[in-house]
Amino acid sequence: MKILSILILVCMVFPAYADDDSSSGDDNQITAVDNKQYLNECGSCHFAYQPSLLPIRSWKKLMLQLADHFGDNAELAAEEQKQLTDYLVANSADLSPDKFAKKLLQGLAKDETPLRITIIPYFVHEHDKIPKKAIGDNPEVKSLSYCNKCHTGAETGNYSENSIKIPGYERLNDDNSSH
Amino acid sequence: MKINSEFIFVSTLLLSSSVYATEAVDELLEEYQQVLQSEQEEVSFTAEAGEILWFQEFADEKSGKIRQCTTCHTDDLRNEAKHTRTGKLIKPMAPSVNEERLTEIKNIRKWLKRNCKWTLGRECSAQEKGDVLTFIQAQ
Ligand code: HEC
Ligand code: HEC
Ligand code: HEC
Repeated sequence: MKILSILILVCMVFPAYADDDSSSGDDNQITAVDNKQYLNECGSCHFAYQPSLLPIRSWKKLMLQLADHFGDNAELAAEEQKQLTDYLVANSADLSPDKFAKKLLQGLAKDETPLRITIIPYFVHEHDKIPKKAIGDNPEVKSLSYCNKCHTGAETGNYSENSIKIPGYERLNDDNSSH
Repeated sequence: MKINSEFIFVSTLLLSSSVYATEAVDELLEEYQQVLQSEQEEVSFTAEAGEILWFQEFADEKSGKIRQCTTCHTDDLRNEAKHTRTGKLIKPMAPSVNEERLTEIKNIRKWLKRNCKWTLGRECSAQEKGDVLTFIQAQ
């Protein structure tokens, strides 16, 4: 609480500094999606994953199998498929300045082409302390694939710790400190 | 008197069928009609036939599980629904409660293609698409 009020004070006194900090220096800030077509097409069945969460080879492969997309049909007209692939490639983990993207790539063998973010070793590592009952057995979350269920700022690319709220659980820190 | 009541009947029919009609649906129905006209003499789309398709059960070839349009859209088209796998909210399908429904040709085409393939295991015929759109539109 004290830290929060100091932070608010700092933001008020040095707005320019605070702004700067959140856009570039933050490890847990992922470049937000600013492409309306992508939000519409890839956000209709689930949260629209930021392109920097997968490498080029993964996006290319995923975009070629949309008719059988994890058991769903997400087929697109050829033109849109191409436009969206271009967007994903241009903003992929390989080409993104995001720190999290670099960490994702580091733990990934070059000959591996994961179609899921949630199977990338670094991602798994970052999420392996969350109890099962808070994920798969939690009907409000279902699986780690639904980032925005816990990361309340996911839509804007804010994955910072203080914006995590697992449905049905207290704030993560409170949960941890009680054990 | 007779003429009068017939006139009223016909005009209410016209009115009620056009309340939620959208240009997008009209254009698609015309397109399906043209496809069918080359194969058969009489073409008509009915909400009744559309309703049957909407509730029809299909067994998925791989999993054997039952799939229906209602798997994701629920039995009552005026309700909000949830995507059966991802849990994402699907706004009501009925144009009477959600005026954004059935307003964009590209969107309707795209989803009919995907959802027919997923539910029926094949694309819907022009007849089926015409019927089911007529049904949804009337909700
Ligand atoms: C018709 C619905 C639908 C559409 C449209 C759709 N998806 Fe998916 N997507 C799914 C389902 C279902 C899953 C699997 C979720 C699960 O395992 O719980 C999924 C999973 C994913 C995953 C893997 C998430 C993970 O576990 O790491 C990625 C990446 C993905 N989708 C990207 C896309 C992209 C890019 C588009 C746009 C081209 C798109 N999706 C459009 C239904 C859809
Ligand atoms: C069940 C809730 C839950 C879901 C779903 C979830 N996360 Fe997390 N995530 C967490 C928690 C809790 C942490 C903090 C872990 C820690 O600090 O010990 C975290 C940490 C992170 C971090 C910060 C890692 C770092 O470098 O410190 C990122 C980035 C992240 N998650 C991205 C994602 C993405 C992308 C998805 C979806 C593909 C996702 N998360 C899904 C709960 C979740
Ligand atoms: C696996 C889930 C699922 C099934 C099964 C399903 N749909 Fe859908 N449908 C969706 C989603 C998701 C959308 C788009 C989300 C939205 O618009 O809110 C959609 C959209 C549509 C639309 C577009 C509406 C518009 O306003 O443009 C039509 C039409 C449609 N569905 C018809 C059907 C029919 C007919 C069936 C059965 C043959 C069916 N759906 C089965 C998930 C499903």
